[in-house]
Amino acid sequence: MRLPRALGGWGVAITGLAGDARASQPLNYLVSHGLQNDVTLPLTKALIAVSLTVVLIIGLLIVAAILRRPGLQPVAGARLEVGPEGGGLSWIWIGVGLSSLVLLASIAWTVAVLGQTVHPPSKPKTRIEVTAHQWWWEVRYVDENPALDFATADEIHIPAGEPVAFKLIGGDVIHSFWVPLLGGKTDLIPGLTNESWLQADTPGTYRGQCAEYCGAQHAHMAFLVVAQSPQDFRRWRDSQLQSPAAPQGEAAQGAQLFTMHCGSCHSVRGTDAGGVLGPDLSHLMQRQSLAAATLPNDPAHLSQWVSDPQAIKPGAYMQKPELTAAELAAIRAYLGTLR
Amino acid sequence: MIFVVFTEGALFAYLLFSYYYLAVQPHTPGSFPEGGPPEFTLAAPNTIILLLSSAAVAWAQFGIEHGSKWRLVWGLGAGTLLGIVFLAVQYFEWAEKKFSLPSSTYSALYFVVTGFHMAHVLLGVLMLAALTLWSALGYFNRFRYAHVHIGALYWHFVDVVWLAVFFTFYVTPHLGLSA
Amino acid sequence: MSASEYERTPGIGDSVRHPEIGERLKRLWESEPGLRGWLTTVDHKKIGLRYIVTAFAFLVIGGIEALIFRLQLSWPNRHVLTPEQYDQLFSTHGMTMIFLYALPILSGFSNYLWPLVLGARDMALPRLNALSYWIYLFSGIFLYAAFIAGFGPNDGWFNYVPYAARAFNGGPNIDFYSLGMVLFGMSTTVGAINFVVTFLRMRAPGMSINRVPMITWGTVTANAGNLFAVPSVSLAFFMLWLDRNAGTHFFDVPGGGQPLLWQHLFWMFGHPWVYAIVLPAMGMVSEALPVFCRRPLVGYTAVALATVATMVLGFGVWVHHMFATGLPPIALSFFSAASIIIVVPSAVGVFAWIATIWLGKPVFATPFLFFAGFILLFTMGGVSGYMTGSLPVDWQLTDTYFVVAHLHYVLIGINVFPVVGATYYWFPKFTGKLMDERLGRWNFWTMFLGFNLGFFPMHVSGLLGMPRRIYTYADGMGWDWLNLITTVGGFVFATGVLLFLINVVISHRRGRPAGDNPWDSPSLEWATTSPPPPYNFAVIPTVASRYPLWEDRMPRSVRESATEAGLVLDHGREAVGTGPLDAQPDIILKMPSDTIVPFVLALMLTVLFVGLVLHWWWLAVLGLLGTGAAALVWLWPRAELGETAEAKSG
Ligand code: HEA
Ligand code: HEA
Ligand code: HEC
Ligand code: CUA
Ligand SMILES: [Cu+2]
Repeated sequence: MRLPRALGGWGVAITGLAGDARASQPLNYLVSHGLQNDVTLPLTKALIAVSLTVVLIIGLLIVAAILRRPGLQPVAGARLEVGPEGGGLSWIWIGVGLSSLVLLASIAWTVAVLGQTVHPPSKPKTRIEVTAHQWWWEVRYVDENPALDFATADEIHIPAGEPVAFKLIGGDVIHSFWVPLLGGKTDLIPGLTNESWLQADTPGTYRGQCAEYCGAQHAHMAFLVVAQSPQDFRRWRDSQLQSPAAPQGEAAQGAQLFTMHCGSCHSVRGTDAGGVLGPDLSHLMQRQSLAAATLPNDPAHLSQWVSDPQAIKPGAYMQKPELTAAELAAIRAYLGTLR
Repeated sequence: MIFVVFTEGALFAYLLFSYYYLAVQPHTPGSFPEGGPPEFTLAAPNTIILLLSSAAVAWAQFGIEHGSKWRLVWGLGAGTLLGIVFLAVQYFEWAEKKFSLPSSTYSALYFVVTGFHMAHVLLGVLMLAALTLWSALGYFNRFRYAHVHIGALYWHFVDVVWLAVFFTFYVTPHLGLSA
Repeated sequence: MSASEYERTPGIGDSVRHPEIGERLKRLWESEPGLRGWLTTVDHKKIGLRYIVTAFAFLVIGGIEALIFRLQLSWPNRHVLTPEQYDQLFSTHGMTMIFLYALPILSGFSNYLWPLVLGARDMALPRLNALSYWIYLFSGIFLYAAFIAGFGPNDGWFNYVPYAARAFNGGPNIDFYSLGMVLFGMSTTVGAINFVVTFLRMRAPGMSINRVPMITWGTVTANAGNLFAVPSVSLAFFMLWLDRNAGTHFFDVPGGGQPLLWQHLFWMFGHPWVYAIVLPAMGMVSEALPVFCRRPLVGYTAVALATVATMVLGFGVWVHHMFATGLPPIALSFFSAASIIIVVPSAVGVFAWIATIWLGKPVFATPFLFFAGFILLFTMGGVSGYMTGSLPVDWQLTDTYFVVAHLHYVLIGINVFPVVGATYYWFPKFTGKLMDERLGRWNFWTMFLGFNLGFFPMHVSGLLGMPRRIYTYADGMGWDWLNLITTVGGFVFATGVLLFLINVVISHRRGRPAGDNPWDSPSLEWATTSPPPPYNFAVIPTVASRYPLWEDRMPRSVRESATEAGLVLDHGREAVGTGPLDAQPDIILKMPSDTIVPFVLALMLTVLFVGLVLHWWWLAVLGLLGTGAAALVWLWPRAELGETAEAKSG
């Protein structure tokens, strides 16, 4: 994190001219890769411009008003001349008049943008149910044919270039679903089901983040949206419907331990592990990150997580397992087979 | 006092807002109001009792304005008694309910809103009792009755609030606002 | 109507030729010395100063909390605080600043200044005034007792359910917060009633509605608003407490309740409240800025109307805090438009202040710097509100540091800066001494630069997607340097506040004597001595224009206001009641003497709440009975207040 990069950050933030912001500023929504944000961004930038202009004008007026005449130094108790009452009303009329025009224009543009963002341009073919839990995301793909339904967690794959419908369900407390580069936020509220949609312009990985305070690990409640070409997406979808291959050797032993110690919270397709309190792990190794996009998914971090989740996400609803190093190694080996 | 009335009026407005807000949410049939729309058997006569008590207090007010301490004492006393009757009837109405505070959202609303109102009636009764005592002690006359005026204003307010509460809880469900 | 004590024709006196009037009044109005007098006084000046000191103490406490959690945020993945500690700190910070600092500080100034600027002897209801302060103090202690015991609020200042429900938040934290807020709400309500009644009844004869000082417009509007807004939040917190302790189902989803009901009730209060904590401060600027421009405020009527309009519109925009909740877009767009339209009355103020400077001849004293700085900061904070007012844009901005930037620019810009400027301006009135000018300049520039250094970058980190209320963040998000700068700026700003406090302390010890009217101001508070005597004015002033003390110099002004000769009123503690519009005197008001009852009543109420929160029902009952008894004593009709028939004799 060198300083020039930070300065670059300001430039990027203000101009929105990022190279690939997805990497260096993954939540910078002044860069758009999705239809909703494409439509909103010009308005956002216009409002920023209006705001900066207003601040500049007001600032200059204040400075000019102060420097216009030689000011007086305060002298306690001195009796000074006093100007007449009245006058100056034209300032208010002109100022308020001009402001009102800008405000009316802003309202009109706001409504226009709204018209384009409320509904997707075409009927979405992919439907995804997202349920927010403290502090991870349950993701279900629903199909007309229930046999084709499946669940995953913390990483959402979507086809690029077409709208995707989201059904947003509050699992426990209120959370908010937000993929800044693609579009705005929608809350997930217990007792209500909200609808939303997103459309990624191009394939790529976009970071999402829970945006409503939801308790101790609100900070670590992110997720990834992976937009793929429609073919890749279909391939991925098919792979999710497979059960993972039967484990061998150490991993087979790990599988037993897993069912015993972890299966009450986690599910793995085609096994006895059918818990619903934690993320579905059927194809864990296909995911890029762990624990709600808190850690990269590599062997070292996976071991670290499984052996002591509380060191990474204090307060998370997965306790430190009471297992020996050998047992942990076996479970780790088993997790490695979940492709 | 008029500003106390404003702010308390706002309080009841928010209470009733909560009722309507929750009433228009989807419910399983028969759960809102729980046990079906409430009966008028006790509530309707009780409304009349409260109105009568307001009338008695107003009669006392006019009395003291014309210098009649006798009307003041008796009017306030009657108002107090009718207020107590109202509370007693409300108590029976509560005791008859088949649900309790934690049963449902409706039960919570019912007991909290009527409870808030009862607390206000109780406060009003205490005020009227104190005023009756003070009147009997001869504290007030044709020129000095600000306390009476204030207490009475509060009592009429409590009365008006009851009409709103009554309308909300007893009348609207019969008009179709129920599940 | 027969002649009686309060319908007699009062004497007219001249306070200059008859200084003994003052002597007599002093005996009547002065509080006893010692602890007893301290607990029983109903003098608005003492109560006002108490409010100010207490609120500043909370500003410092809340500020230190922020500095601590800024250390945690200064760089990615720091471990200064645990998540739970962070959550309690930021929630307590918000609660402290919004409730225990922002409104009480303004109530303090208004309390001290109102009777003086209105030419009255005290507030209309002095005992309520004392009650309001004591409840405020006790509710602050109540809330902080929990924090110190490790049970501070931990769900942000707006405390959304279900996270605040028992199921997710098992400790007593939220019980303390809920009941503390109900108690605090009582203080606000009581105070608000007092301001409104005082505004309508206690103005000096002749101070008709178009002549009242600007400072009172902001406060009366804010407090009238509070009368309607506060019940909403008190009720919400009470219902939450029932949900948590009596098993009701208002907000609890499995039982059929609705989390959004909380948000509606909270923000129906919350948005009006954020205006209530700035309108009085804007009023102080409208009052004092013109003094330093050597001319009256431009557009008195327009600014007064804009103040009222802001408050009224402020009741119609609450849903802009709920833009992301998935309500129907049609409904949302109405609130979006309203939020943008609400800029209009603010623009009236901004242009009126600039025009006042433009058409005047500025005096470069420290208060002027703070007021001029305020105009710029208000604009900066206002335009970010205008941006979040636009619905689709807010779907991106909401819950990011952009909103944190907005709220600090408006709160610090429109509350803290005017308040510090006002302290420089009225300090001579409070103490008879001037604050140090040189230190004052250092103070201003440190605060101004530190503030912008600290809080401007928050806009950028918000645009770069930094969510609010996170206790830490990962490397590589592009936020690290911005956060470091914010932390540094926060500390620079705190240094500025420290300089201010130092200035207050040393000027209080050995500031230059100020004289009665050091700034050559036009309003009545400067017509009496500094500091004022317990009875404020020996004779009740008569007012014939908006700027009584400038009449002799202002071109085209009447010269008929009188401050030296007027009604005497010295048969006990007395004040004159005037009509709400024309301010014609219509009654002599008998003012209560010092009494311990407000203190006892507040204490008993607090006992009741302590009993409730600890489930010590016997204590709660004790508190309730005590409250009732104190109220009965308070209300018992008293001859000397002209409340009973015997009083007729005089
Ligand atoms: C303290 C007082 C205060 C004030 C005065 C304001 C003023 C305004 N606020 Fe602010 N607001 C808060 C305190 C305040 N706010 C707080 C504390 C929160 C956060 C709560 C939380 O979540 O914790 C908040 C949050 C908040 C939100 C919710 C954001 C979110 O959570 O997503 C919104 C949305 O519309 C908003 C809007 C506005 C608007 C439109 C104004 C307007 O009144 C501003 C008008 C003023 C001007 C615009 C400047 C002067 C005008 C001109 C010079 C004319 C020219 C201008 C133009 C043409 C634009 N505010
Ligand atoms: C008037 C209101 C006010 C004020 C003055 C401040 C002041 C400050 N605030 Fe605050 N802030 C809020 C109101 C305010 N804030 C609110 C309402 C929230 C939202 C809470 C929520 O989300 O629920 C918030 C949230 C908030 C956050 C977001 C937290 C989060 O979302 O995770 C941050 C982060 O930086 C922050 C920082 C600061 C800083 C650095 C200051 C600095 O200005 C502090 C400066 C320091 C001082 C004023 C103390 C000076 C004193 C001394 C140096 C001590 C001297 C000691 C002696 C003499 C004994 N604030
Ligand atoms: C009490 C329930 C519970 C048990 C038992 C449990 N977990 Fe978890 N697990 C969770 C929860 C909840 C999460 C999500 C944590 C978070 O991100 O906040 C999680 C997350 C994970 C993740 C990261 C998943 C992802 O999508 O990123 C892995 C891997 C994991 N657990 C493995 C295990 C293993 C291996 C065991 C047994 C040794 C185990 N868990 C036992 C509840 C549990
Ligand atoms: Cu989930 Cu914040
Ligand atoms: Cu608002």
